[in-house]
Order: sequence, then C-alpha cells, then structure tokens
Amino acid sequence: MLNALAQLGRVGIGMLERLGRGHLLLLGILRGLPDLLPRPGLLIKQIYSVGVLSILIISVSGLFVGMVLGLQGYYILSQFGAEQTLGVMVAASLVRELGPVVAALLFAGRAGSALTAEIGLMKATEQLSGLEMMAVDPIRRVLTPRFFAGFISMPLLAALFSALGVLGGYFVGVGLLGVDDGAFWAQMQAKIDLYEDVFNGVIKSVVFGLVCSWIALFQGFDALPTSEGVSRATTRTVVHSSLAVLGLDFILTALMFGD
Amino acid sequence: MIQNRTIEILVGAFMAAGLVAFFFLAMQVSNLSASNNGEGYEVTARFDNIGSLKVRSPVTMAGVRIGRVSEIGFDRATYEALVKMRIEGQYNVIPEDSFAKIFTAGLLGEQYIGLDPGGSEKYLQAGSEISLTQSALVLEEIIGQFLFSKAEEGGTLEKAND
Repeated sequence: MLNALAQLGRVGIGMLERLGRGHLLLLGILRGLPDLLPRPGLLIKQIYSVGVLSILIISVSGLFVGMVLGLQGYYILSQFGAEQTLGVMVAASLVRELGPVVAALLFAGRAGSALTAEIGLMKATEQLSGLEMMAVDPIRRVLTPRFFAGFISMPLLAALFSALGVLGGYFVGVGLLGVDDGAFWAQMQAKIDLYEDVFNGVIKSVVFGLVCSWIALFQGFDALPTSEGVSRATTRTVVHSSLAVLGLDFILTALMFGD
Repeated sequence: MIQNRTIEILVGAFMAAGLVAFFFLAMQVSNLSASNNGEGYEVTARFDNIGSLKVRSPVTMAGVRIGRVSEIGFDRATYEALVKMRIEGQYNVIPEDSFAKIFTAGLLGEQYIGLDPGGSEKYLQAGSEISLTQSALVLEEIIGQFLFSKAEEGGTLEKAND
C-alpha cells in the first residue's frame, strides 16, 4: 500500500521535474536570441531543414484536405440548396481550424521528430558535451536556432496549407461540381473576416509552432543518451506534440470564438 | 551537403511562398478589401424589434453595401433597440428622412438594414438619428397574425351563414 503510494509520488515528482527542466530549457533558449541575431546564417540553415523540407508534405496535404472539404461540403450543402456557400465553408474551416491544426500535426511528425532525433543523437554521441568542452553553450549554439526556425516556419506553413486548401476546394467545387465561380469567392469574402478568422488562425499557428518546437527540442535534449532513449524520445515528441496541439486548439478556440 | 547559397535561395523562396499564402488569405479569402474600419460616420436608429440583427451586419442602400452595424443597445426608457451604424465616408449625401428597414437576405439568410432614400435637402451626419424605421419581420408574429385573421374570417363567415 505504502509502496504503491510512494510509486505514485515518484511518478508525480518526476513529471514535475521534467516540467521544470522543460521551462528552464525554454528560458535558456530564449536567452540565446541576442547571440543568434548577428548570425542569421545559423537560423537560415535551420529554416531550410525545418521549413523548406516540410513544404512538400504540407502543400500536398493542404490541397487534398481542401479537395475533400469541397466534396463533402458540396454533398451536405446541396441538400439545402446552399452550394454557393461552399466557399465560406471550405475557407472558414481551413483558416480557423484545419490549417493551423493539421499543419502543426504534420509539422510535429515531419520536423519535430527529426529535431528530437538529431538533438538526441548529438547527446548520445557526446557532441553536446564536446561543444561544452570548447566553451560553446550547446543551448545557444544548437537549440536556439532550431527553436526560432520552427517558430518562424510554422505560421508560414499553416498559411500555405490554408491557401492551397482553399484552392483545392475551388478546383473541386467550381471545376468539378459546377458551383458558380463568382458566388464561391464573393460569399467567402463576405463572410470571412480578416481579424476574426484569419488573424486568429495565425495566432493559433504561432502558438503551435512554439509548442511543437519546444517539445521536440526538450525531448531531444532530455533523452537518455542511448539508442533506445533516442527512439523513445522521438515517439514522445510526436505523441506529446499532437496532444498539446489538440488540447491547446480547444482552449484557443474557446477563447477566440467562444463568446 | 547542399551549397550555402542554394539553401539561402530555397529559404527565401519558402518565406516568400508563405507570405504570398498569407497575402492570398488576407486579400482573396477575407473581406479586407471591403472593410475599412474606423472611417466614415456613425448614425443611430431606433427599432421596435431588430430580429436577429447583429453587430457587423451590413447596411445597404439599393442593395449596395454602404456600411455596417457597429453597436446594438437597448433603450431602457422607451424599450426600443438602439442600433448604431457606421456608414462609409464616401456616402455622405444620404437624405435625413431616409427610411431604415430591417430585411432578411433570402429565406434563411442573415438580416441587414436597408435604407430607402427620402427627399430631404439635409443629409445624415455623424450622430444624427434616422427617425423613420421599420422593424424586422418576425416569422412567428406573421404566422400568428395570419392565423388570427383567418380565424376572424371564419367567424364572420359563420355569422353570415347564420
């Protein structure tokens, strides 16, 4: 009985410790920003590996999600004779929800897991210790550029996702199913608000970018320096990021659109 | 390892593509081109019943959108709805005795305010009030009136038959 209680306590303390280490790491990463600004080359290299290499999966998924939304939306809306609002439906669901959320999930799978594996392997092969031996702070030199690369890339990727999704919905709705071209765009423009819809979506994607890159870097940095530890950390990155994105999405949606 | 320059070019292209996508969302998808908030002038109108009129509902004249509802309040003294609307500055020659009506777009559509121009030489300015208004048509009330008049008709018919 007491043993079980002690076990539970150990798990709780361990969780709190991890949480504390995570926040200290975030603080350390943010403190590295002044060092990063004079050396944009580091950042650009990371934006390449985090953002540019994710473009393909993001744009293909965005296009297909938009096309599916077009098909499904048309099926439902045509029952009410409201096919012309297809544009509103596609754009609103993409800009408000699917763009930021699905892009963040893909980002966690594509870029987050790669970040974790990279940092974890650096730790396992003692490259981080090597940097420290040379009096280079590994957090500032290695983690900060990666963090800000994710932070910058995520909103851009989400915007790409939404824009291509709208185009996909347009191809299916107008091209395939014969919704009126003018009504599609006009209804969309009349109902989608720049601040209420588009900006709130951007805020969401900024938050998700921060959370995803933070989780990925922390898991890599906190991984056990063995091959098993790295593989576990990579799995945890994807699971935790996805859960965090979905949970935060609910909170943000309730705050933004809840009234 | 790819050349540094290639990476820079690709990153530049990525950021440009992202910004273009955002620009597309702002310009093509949302109503940025149609909304110039903060400009124009505000007028008020009182309605007995505004139905489901909302803040940001359109204000139209001859079907053209000339402004939006900016605030909806309740007058505790007269039990009327107090609707403030912001009309764009370029439409500054609307006669003072214009008629404000609340319409519904389509059967299930949103409600909006339609302005019918009057004949006055004086024009609406910031702060002026539209005194001629017509409330929203509430479907239940209309059905109620219809049933009531039908019942009355039936009553008179019965009397005539007697």
